[in-house]
Amino acid sequence: MNEILKCTGLTKRYSNVLALDKIDLTIAPGKIVGILGPNGSGKTTLIKLINGLLTPTEGSVLIAGNAPGTETKKLVSYLPDNSFLPSWMTAEQIIELFCDFYEDFRPELANEMLNRLGVPKEMKLKNLSKGNKEKVCLILVMSRNALLYVLDEPIAAVDPATRDYVISTIINNYNPNASVLISTHIIADIEPVLDEAVFINRGQIVLHQTVDEIREETGMSVDARFREVFKW
Amino acid sequence: MDWTLDKSRPMCPQICEIICLAIANGEFSAGDKLLSVRELALKTGVNPNTIQKSFEELERRGVVHSVRCSGWFVNESIDAAKAEVDSLRNKKTEEYLAEMEQLGCTGEEIIEYLMKAKEVKNERDS
Repeated sequence: MNEILKCTGLTKRYSNVLALDKIDLTIAPGKIVGILGPNGSGKTTLIKLINGLLTPTEGSVLIAGNAPGTETKKLVSYLPDNSFLPSWMTAEQIIELFCDFYEDFRPELANEMLNRLGVPKEMKLKNLSKGNKEKVCLILVMSRNALLYVLDEPIAAVDPATRDYVISTIINNYNPNASVLISTHIIADIEPVLDEAVFINRGQIVLHQTVDEIREETGMSVDARFREVFKW
Repeated sequence: MDWTLDKSRPMCPQICEIICLAIANGEFSAGDKLLSVRELALKTGVNPNTIQKSFEELERRGVVHSVRCSGWFVNESIDAAKAEVDSLRNKKTEEYLAEMEQLGCTGEEIIEYLMKAKEVKNERDS
């Protein structure tokens, strides 16, 4: 097995809107890949298909050779674009919940990261600030020892210092056998950590290159290149 | 070491340049152990694969070598690192010359500008 994710002719249609149009995408182990595109380009649709929350209209998506289902949920650690945790629970209780849910969850790692970021563990989630809530979600997702991490907009609501922390969390957790997929439109902060960038627009992949190739060929940062490709 | 990176250039050569400069300046001596890939990735925020590739590139150029299970080390001779820095200095100088010629300066004028700028800088620094 030499690919963690393989999408072939992946298509998703919502009634008469074509959200994804015959996407072919392969991701090798050990890669940190950015899914970059403007609002409404199909990033979240792609991520939901990978996680089995949507079924493809046509084509297929395989994670380590498996179609999304019970088996792939053991392999994929997913951070959705909106809060997915019960708001009446505390971070402490959710850590216990994750221990029950996932065999690969590492509670000591989660506790260490929560302490480091000074997130109160005994407070109910609904009483935390938006940024702190996002930190809890990200920490839980990164504390699994997964094969594929799928992060949908992990840095949208957090302050710049925490963005740096998110990036160092991704680096610290780097494992040559696992891959990380990050969707975002805030590119400048995240681009140094990427191996590859996938530009997606109107449901199609318009560019898939290593970030150093983009810089080499265009003499531009990935952020500048993005602004050029998606210029109005 | 100054880890300011220019995002509009590939990261790999920039990391190589910074490491060569640190060796040529004596921040690392012959035989010293360098930072690990992870440490360097965390310090710079750059992808660990890119850091690994940079070390491999430096190995090809005879600047560093790896020791199994123990990391990357500066070679016994630091001539290769010095040569890298020297070629970087040449390149920068050529770029500067080309830009000044573009602005209509002759060789003598460029030297005059350089001397003047150096004097101003010395005064400011002292």
